Amino acid sequence: MKVLVAVKRVIDYNVKIRVKADHSDVDLTNVKMAMNPFCEIAVEEAVRLKEKGVASEIVAVTVGPKAAQEQLRTALALGADRAIHVETDERVESLTVAKLLKGVVDEEKPDLVILGKQAIDTDNNQTGQMLAALTDMGQGTFASEVAFGEGVEAGEVRVTREIDGGLQTVALKLPAVVTTDLRLNEPRYAKLPDIMKAKKKPLETKTPEALGVAVSSGLTLLKVETPAERKGGVKVGSVDELIDKLKNEAKVL
Amino acid sequence: MSILVLAEHHNGQLAAGTAHVVGAARAIGGDIDLLVAGENVGSVAEAAARLDGVARVRVADNTAYAHQLAEPLADLLVALADEYSHVLAAASTEGKNVLPRVAALKDVSQISEILGVESADTFTRPIYAGNAIATVQSSDPLKVITVRTTAFDAVSEGGAASIEALDYIADSARSRFIGEELAQSERPELSGARVVISGGRGMGNGDNFKLLDGIADKLGAAVGASRAAVDAGFVPNDMQVGQTGKIVAPDLYIAVGISGAIQHLAGMKDSKVIVAINKDDDAPIFQVADYGLVGDLFEILPELEQKL
Repeated sequence: MKVLVAVKRVIDYNVKIRVKADHSDVDLTNVKMAMNPFCEIAVEEAVRLKEKGVASEIVAVTVGPKAAQEQLRTALALGADRAIHVETDERVESLTVAKLLKGVVDEEKPDLVILGKQAIDTDNNQTGQMLAALTDMGQGTFASEVAFGEGVEAGEVRVTREIDGGLQTVALKLPAVVTTDLRLNEPRYAKLPDIMKAKKKPLETKTPEALGVAVSSGLTLLKVETPAERKGGVKVGSVDELIDKLKNEAKVL
Repeated sequence: MSILVLAEHHNGQLAAGTAHVVGAARAIGGDIDLLVAGENVGSVAEAAARLDGVARVRVADNTAYAHQLAEPLADLLVALADEYSHVLAAASTEGKNVLPRVAALKDVSQISEILGVESADTFTRPIYAGNAIATVQSSDPLKVITVRTTAFDAVSEGGAASIEALDYIADSARSRFIGEELAQSERPELSGARVVISGGRGMGNGDNFKLLDGIADKLGAAVGASRAAVDAGFVPNDMQVGQTGKIVAPDLYIAVGISGAIQHLAGMKDSKVIVAINKDDDAPIFQVADYGLVGDLFEILPELEQKL
């Protein structure tokens, strides 16, 4: 079984963001970048499927500028066999990314596509669902378990999903799209020898034009602002004082 | 303009969030229809018809929609979408699952989790875990939008919309429902609760979350948790408040043993009043709390429960 894993280069999750002075966007100059945490979980899941003998090949793919190859090398160090870089310097929206990934899916014909449920920059939570729609595949979003084999019918994957109020389990016909939630697994760190080996693994570059996709957008970003800061309040000295303040000052009890 | 709102329901009950999504639809303006899709959803449709501002409730009552799976539900929405300028749903796990699929099939962008309506085509939404607010304008002929329900007031009841049956049956061959495990709780739902009390890593273990239960019972509160507490295995993920969990904005939020990581603040900083209880005087949570109490939560919680 071939698994395609999509990864995204985003701001490191530990970095506190700054809005540009002209409010045009968030300032990413000289900011530490990393693989989106949900994408790390996606790569890890693919690697585990290969270790279990379910997957035979893992192809990592990203859409973004030249620098995004760094994240593909990370995916290769973690266990992907080869990588595809769809290179563009444009700001690409989820729908465009989904169209580009569809182009890659049409060429690669994977049995399973794994993506993170959302990227921590735009917080859109759209790409996996859109890719599933465009390729007419079933979707298992917000996955906390991905199962093959015992108890699962041949030609299907069973996905347990994190939904409001609990868990839902669905069976999807392959090929299918899975998006990862936090509890699916705990990603490993890349080991130094693997990082060295990853430099020699194949990485192919494609353009949106070659995939027949126009990078366009139905959305215009008008401005980006810092939200109103919440001011810290007071420290109280005792439970009695806290209850008194909540009753008489805040009037919420 | 005409707006289609996807109604959400669980166990024959209309979800509280739907009235908030209708609130967002009213802010956009135009005729508002509600879509109720499911199996045996007659009572849901009746409840939906009582929401103020709704012109028509369209009901697709069929086994194909029994578990609100994304694939058939998206097909149904796509079949109806051409009659509308906007399609809205809550930014719940259901709305997030279904709507991007609709947007892609209609070849338009989706606008996720809006916080405000500037005009019929311009909206504000949080990015970078709510650390920045983006204003985006859509030039697409159809606007597909998920709504952060805590950012819009619910419409009241008192309306009498007409109810119309739909006979469109979507193909459901791609996915199959296997089962569901829903947490049983007498308490209010996290996203809609007036009071929320959450525990963090400082709770030490899952058993200690019982210390929050007594207080929650007295206050009619929902119980939440930080991602650290979920990652540590203390409590299930559906209790998680934060960027990657639930977004809440209750009248009163009590954070116990929670340090206040950015990703947690993203889920609760719009609460009206925030109380923080933590033994670490320097914990970042105190920078956003209206009332902070420094001390040992294992002493404070029993005292608080007793005195409330």
